[in-house]
Amino acid sequence: MSMTKPIATTRSATGIPTGKLAVWWVIGSEIVIFGGLLASYILHRIGHPEWAEYASHTNTWFGAANTFVLLTSSLFAVLAHHAAEHGDGKKAAKWLLGTCGGGLLFLCIKAVEWTGEIQHGYTITANGFWQFYYTAAGLHALHVIAGCIIMLIIANEARKNVELHRVELIGIYWHFVDIVWIFLFPLLYIAK
Amino acid sequence: MLQGIYDFIKGIFEPLGDFLIGSAVPVGSSFAGDIDSLIALVAVFVGFWAILAYAAFFFLIFRFRETKGKRAQYVTGEEKDLKRWITYPHAAIILCDLVIVFMAIMVWYNIKQRLPEADSTVRIISQQWAWNFVHPGPDNELDTDDDITTSNELHVQMGTTYHYELISKDVLHDFSVPVFRLKQDALPGRVMKGWFKPTIAGEYDIQCAEMCGIGHGIMGARIIIETPEEHAAWMSQGSNGKLATR
Amino acid sequence: MAEAGTAVKTPHAHDTHHEQSFVSKYIFSTDHKIIGMQYMFTGIVMALIGGYMSYAFRMQLAFPGQSVPGYGVVSQGEYNALVTNHGTIMIFWVAMPMLIAAFGNYLIPLMIGADDMVFPRINRLSYQIFLISALILIASFFVPGGGFGGAWTAYPPLSANAQYNLTPLGATFWLVAVALEFVAFLLGGINFITTLMNSRAPGMKMHDIPMVLWFIVIASVLFMASVGPLIAGAVMLFMDQVIGTGFFDPDRGGDPILWQHLFWFFGHPEVYVVLLPAMGIVAEIICTFSRKKLFNYKLILYTAFATGIISFFVWAHHQFVAGIDPRMANVFTITTLIISIPIAEMLFLYIATLYGGSIRLTTPMLWALSFIAEFLIGGITGIFLGASGSDIYFHDTYFVLAHFHYTFFPIAIIGFFAGITYWFPKIFGKMMNERLGKIHFWGTIISFNLIFIPLFILGAAGQHRRIYNFQNFPDLAGLQDLRVLATSALLVMLVFQAVFLFNFVTSLIKGKPAGKNPWKANTLEWTAESPPPHGNWPELPNCYRGPYEYSVPGRDEDYWPQDVPPDTAPAE
Repeated sequence: MSMTKPIATTRSATGIPTGKLAVWWVIGSEIVIFGGLLASYILHRIGHPEWAEYASHTNTWFGAANTFVLLTSSLFAVLAHHAAEHGDGKKAAKWLLGTCGGGLLFLCIKAVEWTGEIQHGYTITANGFWQFYYTAAGLHALHVIAGCIIMLIIANEARKNVELHRVELIGIYWHFVDIVWIFLFPLLYIAK
Repeated sequence: MLQGIYDFIKGIFEPLGDFLIGSAVPVGSSFAGDIDSLIALVAVFVGFWAILAYAAFFFLIFRFRETKGKRAQYVTGEEKDLKRWITYPHAAIILCDLVIVFMAIMVWYNIKQRLPEADSTVRIISQQWAWNFVHPGPDNELDTDDDITTSNELHVQMGTTYHYELISKDVLHDFSVPVFRLKQDALPGRVMKGWFKPTIAGEYDIQCAEMCGIGHGIMGARIIIETPEEHAAWMSQGSNGKLATR
Repeated sequence: MAEAGTAVKTPHAHDTHHEQSFVSKYIFSTDHKIIGMQYMFTGIVMALIGGYMSYAFRMQLAFPGQSVPGYGVVSQGEYNALVTNHGTIMIFWVAMPMLIAAFGNYLIPLMIGADDMVFPRINRLSYQIFLISALILIASFFVPGGGFGGAWTAYPPLSANAQYNLTPLGATFWLVAVALEFVAFLLGGINFITTLMNSRAPGMKMHDIPMVLWFIVIASVLFMASVGPLIAGAVMLFMDQVIGTGFFDPDRGGDPILWQHLFWFFGHPEVYVVLLPAMGIVAEIICTFSRKKLFNYKLILYTAFATGIISFFVWAHHQFVAGIDPRMANVFTITTLIISIPIAEMLFLYIATLYGGSIRLTTPMLWALSFIAEFLIGGITGIFLGASGSDIYFHDTYFVLAHFHYTFFPIAIIGFFAGITYWFPKIFGKMMNERLGKIHFWGTIISFNLIFIPLFILGAAGQHRRIYNFQNFPDLAGLQDLRVLATSALLVMLVFQAVFLFNFVTSLIKGKPAGKNPWKANTLEWTAESPPPHGNWPELPNCYRGPYEYSVPGRDEDYWPQDVPPDTAPAE
């Protein structure tokens, strides 16, 4: 059902576009969620020196590859924003698809990585380290999936030059997802 | 010196503490009176401010009730002479809080942060849904052959300083003895240590003070504080855990 | 599409003739007013369920072992499930939706002169998720094993392990319901903060915003900033329950105390999340019915901010005897006593607002004033608990229970009644009956005190919480009269709620038409029709002054609505 936009949506008493305020609110909520999870992990890690041995079995190469993939996809998101700023919805949509592709590649690499680990017996219930590992990385992966879905919806509208300002907004969200990974990578893959 | 200030203030509030709490639950340990006095102190301070606030509240409602022909005043609250009514009490409350904090920390430190030398040690084992108590027996040492294990009855001797080792076999429980004003959560995987010194004889409730499942409400036990003679007599009933009734 | 321009006509001004079906108008509406009412009516239903639970368990306490009329015999396990879900429901499905989501949704656009929230479809989605969460919670009572009975605090290992709690499905349903409620409110928060920040009427500066809106938005921010770690904890607990991980299992490298920290890091700010909206509602009512400005608007706002910030540093006063490092207890005693200072100041500022007023004791004003009187008791009894030394004795006793009912009842129940009796004319276009309102008020307030004062006494006598039958404790068995008194008072209070429901329904049907501004108040919602149409006004208002310009010297009227342009000629 169609809905006319309320005037409320178009006002901006602070000068900041409303959509941006909304995205920052969402990111704020997510920061506290991941912050709580990672703080719990770090405290446990400090209290359990034996986890360093468990952590040594994560595959740093896979982690590094995923880091590179996500950073590249963030670059594509920046290029999409740039195109949207210049009113080129078609180009913006293409770059967003690239970003999405990066997200998909990230998930595929992760699938391969986790299959290997599970086959070696490093399951989520194996020990304290691995339960945090899968929970944190899994929660992150869910956010990658959600981001991709929203990105596809926005890309579909962007290529028709509709709601181009949303390209920047989903880009901000994607950068956040990227930054969470930048924290996860050293915590889960490098700290051994 | 801090102790001196503490004792002085405690002395002022001790009678009221006896009245407020001690009348319902006897002062049964060496630190129960400290807690009661602290409660009384807080009661006097907050009571004072509450009475003041209520007096102002009801006075203003009555004094400024709607009267025909009389209009309300236009008051912003930034007027210096009116703001004083807020800022002075504000400062006085901070002073009251400082006293409360000081007394609370002294009480807390005495009960929870220090461990005076023990005359004896008991082990308290909580589980779904019962208490087991291991007494050291005549040799006054735990984990020896003459230990006495009871179910739901803790026997202690008046005037003796005890350490306790509190453990849980499953979920969280809490060893609570109102007559001592003592309370401590029991966690699985940890041994919680603390102390108490009973000062009166008698039989009193032990309650579990942490939700532990369906049987939480039937996890009452009894603490039996005995005179030295009674305690010696009880201990000589024998090792090998003669299980008490209840 | 809306057009920018000087004549701020709402997009819907033209389609008043456009008929919407019942379903799209009331079930799938994106209108903030309808969504607000959806939250309110859901909250009322959940309050009845939560109240029924308290009826059942208080009957058990007063008459142990006897069959409770309308329930049956309360078993040990059922008792635990009743107290657990009573608490959970009242906080998450009554206090929060009624105070924040219902009044927040209804009032924010109206009070800032906007036609709706900024993201109406996200608003609708937030209600839908909220409703699903309520249904999941209710479903938890009917699954095999019954509802979760591990207390609203859900401490593991009890909550994590079905072999301990014996309610495997109930525990997971409960957890999922709570987590979804969190998601719903995070979504709702998006609208609150963006709409208040950005969609204000032209001319409405920050200090022209009615205090209730500030408080609702600060509460939303507090909620957002504090709930994250608990969501993480809920994910961990869920995995422990369902997959068999050991986040909180000491045998597997976990720690039960981690859950407690995550829970209370949220749990303490949460009480201010619900307190602030209630205090905001009280502020509006006191100003209107004493014809006075709020005493020092800026200072009140600062105390709210101070309280909010300090609230993140007090949480472990819930864990003094839980096994935390004893030295930490001293830190948290200090911070907890510190937070009492801005709250006390806020209450003093409210009382000071009465000074020099012309006070009319209407039903909303009675509720608003009683909030102050009752919350004061809640606040001061908190000091006993915040001081670590005395908390050793009072922790987990009925003293705690009475303390938090003297805070939560004013917040959730008095706050709700204050708000609904005040804004009923606007929402429904009719006046409520004053006499019935006053009867309901006195019946509720007097019986409320008679329920909980006995509980303070029982707590001081060492009676512990969450125990289904005190006849099992020789030292406590003799205090049964106090328990019967409390239960009897509860029965009286529940009966008086029928007066409210009767008043509500009959006023809807045949109440006196309210007109736009029956209370002669200043804020913008009173300039719209009662009830406001879709889009709120045919033309959106501008704002020319603050919200509390009552009794301005030299003016004929003793109120000066925010949307009235300044006089061109000097006032007489």
